[in-house]
Amino acid sequence: MSDQAARPTSLLERSSYTARRHAAETRFRACGLGAILIGLAALTMLLASVLGPGLGAFRQTHIHLPIHLDAAALDKSGTRDPEVLKKVTTLGYGKVIDKALAEAVAQAGIAIEGLSDAEISGIISREAPAQLRRKVLANPGLIGETIPLSILADGRIDGYLKGRVTAATAALDSNVSPAQLQLADAMGERGLISLDLNAAFLTAPDASDQRPEAAGLGVAILGSAYMMLIVLALALPIGVAASIYLEEFAPKNRLTDLIEVNIANLAAVPSIVFGILGLAIFINVAGLPQSAPVVGGLVLTLMTLPTIIIATRASLKAVPPSIREAALGLGASRMQAVFHHVLPLAAPGILTGAILGLAQALGETAPLLLIGMVAFVREYPGAPPEGLFDPASALPVQIYNWTQRADPAFVERASGAIIVLLAFLLVMNAAAILLRRRFERRW
Amino acid sequence: MKDTLTEGRGTAADTAKIAVRGLQVHYGDTHAVRDVDVDIPDRAVTALIGPSGCGKSTFLRCLNRMNDTIPAARVTGEIRIDGEDIHDARVDPVQLRAKVGMVFQKPNPFPKSIRDNVAYGPKIHGLTRKRSELDEVVEKSLRRAALWDEVKNRLDAPGTGLSGGQQQRLCIARAIATSPEILLMDEPCSSLDPIATAQIEELIDELRSRFAVVIVTHSMQQAARVSQRTAFFHLGRMVEYGDTGKLFTNPADPRTESYITGRIG
Repeated sequence: MSDQAARPTSLLERSSYTARRHAAETRFRACGLGAILIGLAALTMLLASVLGPGLGAFRQTHIHLPIHLDAAALDKSGTRDPEVLKKVTTLGYGKVIDKALAEAVAQAGIAIEGLSDAEISGIISREAPAQLRRKVLANPGLIGETIPLSILADGRIDGYLKGRVTAATAALDSNVSPAQLQLADAMGERGLISLDLNAAFLTAPDASDQRPEAAGLGVAILGSAYMMLIVLALALPIGVAASIYLEEFAPKNRLTDLIEVNIANLAAVPSIVFGILGLAIFINVAGLPQSAPVVGGLVLTLMTLPTIIIATRASLKAVPPSIREAALGLGASRMQAVFHHVLPLAAPGILTGAILGLAQALGETAPLLLIGMVAFVREYPGAPPEGLFDPASALPVQIYNWTQRADPAFVERASGAIIVLLAFLLVMNAAAILLRRRFERRW
Repeated sequence: MKDTLTEGRGTAADTAKIAVRGLQVHYGDTHAVRDVDVDIPDRAVTALIGPSGCGKSTFLRCLNRMNDTIPAARVTGEIRIDGEDIHDARVDPVQLRAKVGMVFQKPNPFPKSIRDNVAYGPKIHGLTRKRSELDEVVEKSLRRAALWDEVKNRLDAPGTGLSGGQQQRLCIARAIATSPEILLMDEPCSSLDPIATAQIEELIDELRSRFAVVIVTHSMQQAARVSQRTAFFHLGRMVEYGDTGKLFTNPADPRTESYITGRIG
């Protein structure tokens, strides 16, 4: 009643009530805008903190040398028999590389005071001899020839070229000396050492603590891909079938209500619990191997199922009942009504839900830790289906693993792996949006 | 035809397309249709009128067992179509619905092309397989639904892109494409403008030469215009049933008179 009294007679004048409403609206808009800005700031910080240290992982320092594969050192028998060649260890190959590097340095006329031979060979990665050995064993005909080769530089030298290591930090570091950095500078001027694109980051297997420069995501990507394959092949059909049954066919009674509540609760169960379940059932009872993508895939399937079921049921519910009535009224059976009319209309929602569930599974770490996916795996898993039982790693677990390592070079690797993971998630989400558009555009 | 309920029940049931005896429908605790007996003739339009919630739509949905799809609905009593009890255990509701087509209150074409909408029924009932035969059925049905001339050049356009009246005629074409014998219409014009309504009414008048049409309507004028026989429902009971002309001009029951003169409803 008091508002009635306060109402001005002219429309040109604002009543106090109107002014209050406007103020409330302005405040609400400011809050909304503030929330969005905070979100954007957080996103920017996330991207900066990942991209900053992580982009370096996609480039790697290589030393370019002509290497003479001395037959006297690598194949004393002269038979080129692979079995005999295998007896030469990486130590033998290391010497070959050291010699080639020493010659190249001498030839280039680089002279640095107080630089020992051990320090010169110290700029080479510990992984380099193994790489050379693999190359020679794959092609014994190379022995006796001189081949141009790009070999990995040590992680500290790589860090120097990327700016992570400086003369000041090198002076305090037992793994690298200032003289070695000068050598790297001098070699860089002569084109003997350079930062190149690092394709091996995406293809190489993990490497030990002392060889961050050689560590790659090959096994992890393969393992993650295998698991996604299993999740897609199991969770999508099971989830969609369960949803269709519950939504379209099941009688509405206590039992189905109970099932419904349980599915909703299952979606909220912490993922590590699914890991324990997987450990108990798939490994301890069913006797499946540890660290295998098949177990990871099954665990992630269990975890993704509720998500897919909830999304599918929501999209089935959103299909107008008039469509079902129309089909039933024409004499379609229930199954025909569902598969001819309801499912196509619900498909975009189902696919979006499935892909988002898959993306969630791709980034899941905790359950995989419990089933042993965190193991150090250097062997690539074989081709499916047998390969599904081979030990493998997974992208998020690899990131977790690398963040545990001491060498600062692994920080760069872990950040790089996060970028790869984010890129995969981005691709999947984009696929979800594209599929949605494509299906919706039909009418 | 002299087949009002009061005269010659036995003979009427023999000639009626649909004979209903002692029909009761419960929705949970609600008794929606009480004790309805009616004989619906072939090749005529029968209108069901009555105030909202009187059970006329529920009654209509009994005739093709659409109430089966509602878990809470319970139907008892006897409905015979051509003398066959549609609640017999041997009757498949899917087959029944091919014989008894239905058009709904709101136009509900499938979000598919006009051609696919009409061809859907014949396809699922396996009436035709060949594309040419299917095209023939599509054209015949659209012609009968008085829609052919408007859509013949865009059969592949989405059915949902048509106007409301066209959509409803498409739904009628879709229903008659399965060659039913009975066509049920649940307030087919309630969401349409007067011009579209007039077109549909004209169409209904033509359809009666081939089908037994049962139409639920809220509009007494519409019932008077299109139907030969009218049933008045009130509170779940069928109060009066007879020739449309007689029911509107000289109702036997005072409740019918109150309704058609606008005192209840």
